[in-house]
Amino acid sequence: MARATDAAPHGTADVAIVGGGIMGCSVALRLAEAGMRVVVIDRGGIGGGASGVNAGTLSLQIKRLSLMPYAIRAAEHWAEMSARLGADVKFRQSGGLNLAFTEAEEAQLVTDMTARREAGLPISFLDLPAARAREPGLSDHVRRASFCPLDGYSNPSLTGRAFRKALTARGVAMIEHDPVLGIEAGDGGYTLRLQSGNVRARRLVLAAGAWTRASVLQLGVDLPIGARVNQMMVTERAPALMNGVLGHISGLMSLKQSDNGTIIIGGGWQGEGAVGEPGRPVMDNLTNNLRFATLAMPALAPLRIVRTWYGYDGFVPDFLPVVGVLPWLREAYVIACVRGGYTIGPCMGDLLAASILGEEPALPLFDPARVATRVNTPVPA
Amino acid sequence: MCADLTADLVVLGGGPAGGHAALAASGAGLDVVLVDEGAAPGGQVWRAPGVAVSNHAALGPDHRAGEALRAALTASKVRVLAGHRAWLLQAGFTVHAAAADGAARLQAPALLLAPGTTERVIPFPGWTLPGVMGLAGATALLKGNRMLPGRKVVVAGAGPLLVAVAASILKGGGTVAAVVDLGSMPEWLRGVPAMLGRPDLILRGLGWRALLLRHGVPYLTRHAVLRAEGDNGVASVTVAPVDGDGAFEPGGNARRFEVDALLVGHGLVPASEAARSLGARHLHVPALGGWVPELDGLGRSSIAGLYIAGDGAGVRGAAAAALAGAQAGLAVAHDLGRIDAARHTAEQAPLAARVARAARFGRAMAALVRIRPGLIAAIPPEATICRCEDVTRAEIEAAFDEGARQIGQLKAWTRCGMGPCQGRFCGPTIEALAAQRGIAAEAFGPMVARPPLRPMPIGTLTGDFDPAALTLPPSLPSS
Ligand SMILES: Cc1cc2nc3c(=O)[nH]c(=O)nc-3n(C[C@H](O)[C@H](O)[C@H](O)COP(=O)(O)OP(=O)(O)OC[C@H]3O[C@@H](n4cnc5c(N)ncnc54)[C@H](O)[C@@H]3O)c2cc1C
Ligand SMILES: Cc1cc2nc3c(=O)[nH]c(=O)nc-3n(C[C@H](O)[C@H](O)[C@H](O)COP(=O)(O)OP(=O)(O)OC[C@H]3O[C@@H](n4cnc5c(N)ncnc54)[C@H](O)[C@@H]3O)c2cc1C
Repeated sequence: MARATDAAPHGTADVAIVGGGIMGCSVALRLAEAGMRVVVIDRGGIGGGASGVNAGTLSLQIKRLSLMPYAIRAAEHWAEMSARLGADVKFRQSGGLNLAFTEAEEAQLVTDMTARREAGLPISFLDLPAARAREPGLSDHVRRASFCPLDGYSNPSLTGRAFRKALTARGVAMIEHDPVLGIEAGDGGYTLRLQSGNVRARRLVLAAGAWTRASVLQLGVDLPIGARVNQMMVTERAPALMNGVLGHISGLMSLKQSDNGTIIIGGGWQGEGAVGEPGRPVMDNLTNNLRFATLAMPALAPLRIVRTWYGYDGFVPDFLPVVGVLPWLREAYVIACVRGGYTIGPCMGDLLAASILGEEPALPLFDPARVATRVNTPVPA
Repeated sequence: MCADLTADLVVLGGGPAGGHAALAASGAGLDVVLVDEGAAPGGQVWRAPGVAVSNHAALGPDHRAGEALRAALTASKVRVLAGHRAWLLQAGFTVHAAAADGAARLQAPALLLAPGTTERVIPFPGWTLPGVMGLAGATALLKGNRMLPGRKVVVAGAGPLLVAVAASILKGGGTVAAVVDLGSMPEWLRGVPAMLGRPDLILRGLGWRALLLRHGVPYLTRHAVLRAEGDNGVASVTVAPVDGDGAFEPGGNARRFEVDALLVGHGLVPASEAARSLGARHLHVPALGGWVPELDGLGRSSIAGLYIAGDGAGVRGAAAAALAGAQAGLAVAHDLGRIDAARHTAEQAPLAARVARAARFGRAMAALVRIRPGLIAAIPPEATICRCEDVTRAEIEAAFDEGARQIGQLKAWTRCGMGPCQGRFCGPTIEALAAQRGIAAEAFGPMVARPPLRPMPIGTLTGDFDPAALTLPPSLPSS
């Protein structure tokens, strides 16, 4: 673990990245490969935020239609992730099903998934027997399913370890367990105040996940970022019950069996809590999340839940990503609020890095200016 | 079926601490609900014998204390929910518990936690073999079911439980091949001044020792288990001399015992996860067993309305637990305005001196079970540390080598602590391995406590439900 005072041993870093989640790390990786001197700072360990505690579902068909090109590109990143990082992130391209239980849901499934097919995603529609051929544990509640062979999953617990290894190998300085307390814009760039000292950098990337609003405010800019408190649960190890990832057209189901046999249950059901503290369960949501999961897979009922947990995911009112240059500042960038950001993060990070390097990104960014306002006085943390 | 109960106070745990807390609070006029996952109140040391046990007179003073507690609870207005496992605690307070035949939701403005301890076992090669059992688990078998954990056993580890368990085995008709104690006679003697306050316990301890002598059981001080071996279960145990730090003496004379069980324990660790799941502030106090809640003298935690008593607040032994429970129960009654300050002070007064004396005894015992760095260092790389997830010491050390500095990182990178026990058993060992790297417990942190407090079947949590009546929250935009 580097200390702030030796993070930029040759003076000023080319780029300081606040937040070592999948966004910050993806940007860092590409910039370091391009030869920049990069420092990544995290208040916790690298990959200890949403990127380390999410469901790990890499499902393309459940992503927003407007993000399809990004999701498809991201799948290519994931296919080579372990090789690129030099560490196994347990990526599995298992294929995935998205379910409809009711007639109305079936209609929506057909509309939404046809649109995704037209956007270039390989999708087929399956009736219950065909869906059961892939996922034998499905219940009679299932009327129809869409199947995407590119869907899969990986193990988010390993995000931090794997990116740390890759960033270390590329000479990126990492300062962990050290929150950025203040940021000042100066002539030659930015000064970041940490507990252990100051870090100076010519460019700044704010990638602080659900915490990003506080960092941006330190620069006198406000982004209306809220936080969702996503609930997750995991069972004890079970015999083989599932083959791939399972979702539902409502977006409220995320099921998979990991390599070691545990079943990971999510779906964006909400707990309560404020960013930075451990989230807490909302009883009805906890129960209904499980009820909804057993509707699809009745064989889950006897399995024991060993843990529930919560992670914070940032969003802005239009629920679209905020990725690009921060208005009113020089060479300060933000990358946040990417829904399904674990899947799409590697692609978004790559696109932002390209733009920082002065290249034309292969796909358009998501201009932060659309939601940004100026505040008079920067707000210290 | 979900029973909804409201009360002035919910007490979690019906051992000496929780039982006496409930009685004190009820005696002061509070409406109290007591939850315990056991079949009857009593807790670890005052456990109720199972139905198969007929000769109750032979069960000794702990049994009598337990019977007295159970009788007092029956005679009181305390509502006892035995066989109920508390799995989720919510602020304010709501306790969600599950039983074989349904669920219960308990609500009260005050919550008193008395969850006791979990046993610490420092790993050694073979410690995960069938037939290797904790001293606490063995006691539960002996007391609850009068079952011998093995016909011929080695009892190993540290602290006062060694002789207690060995004596119970002998009384139950089993054979003890040896008692293997990390501590030395001088260490035991150092505790004597503190023990003098409890002549009854000294006498009982001496009685146990005499029994061991009569049976010719070798008592090996400054020894530890080198390894346990066997094909389908433990068949032999090899022990060797250690120094005061628990490090094996180079060239020490190893001895091998053929047995069918090994009972081993290296001390007790407060079960702090319930209090931590509510966000109560904790401190790391090795002399009390590890992470303990920050409390005032009467069991009040950093959260208003949350009280903690007994070994779950720091290991001091059963006598201190019962007294601390009574203190906390009275404090609740006072804080809820049921007894005035004068009565509160008057009733607390006799408890304070007794609890100090009892705690002194408990602390002297705790010194015997301190973690010995030499024993930690001796854990071989291939030994399993986390048995739920099969994580070895080598894997944990590799994570430290790669830069893990907090328990959360270590968990994520290796899966240690992610299984059904949620780190209750491996946590203390991992903390000790971190300490060997110079990482302070405070920086390393305890494992974050999250519900459920015990593994819970999904079917129990969902209950029976009508799929058509399931209401879904609104979806996020899809286009
Ligand atoms: C429970 C849950 C389940 C999810 N499931 C999925 C899924 O299955 N599939 C999917 O694609 N997406 C999923 N997501 C979304 C996805 O996890 C996130 O979109 C993505 O991880 C966000 O990455 P990030 O790098 O922006 O944020 P984070 O990973 O949260 O990283 C931000 C980092 O910034 C650090 N930081 C914050 N403030 C400071 C400061 N002042 N100084 C220093 N460091 C700071 C934090 O410590 C943190 O490490 C889920 C999200 C959650 C919460
Ligand atoms: C093998 C062994 C022998 C011992 N012998 C002695 C001895 O001889 N003398 C002595 O002074 N001390 C002895 N002790 C220590 C003694 O057990 C404790 O000091 C004493 O039991 C502490 O009382 P307590 O009320 O704090 O906890 P406990 O007696 O452990 O009671 C805790 C209770 O909480 C319940 N509980 C915990 N979590 C939940 C939950 N989530 N839901 C529902 N119920 C829950 C448990 O079922 C248990 O009944 C011994 C301990 C062990 C392990």
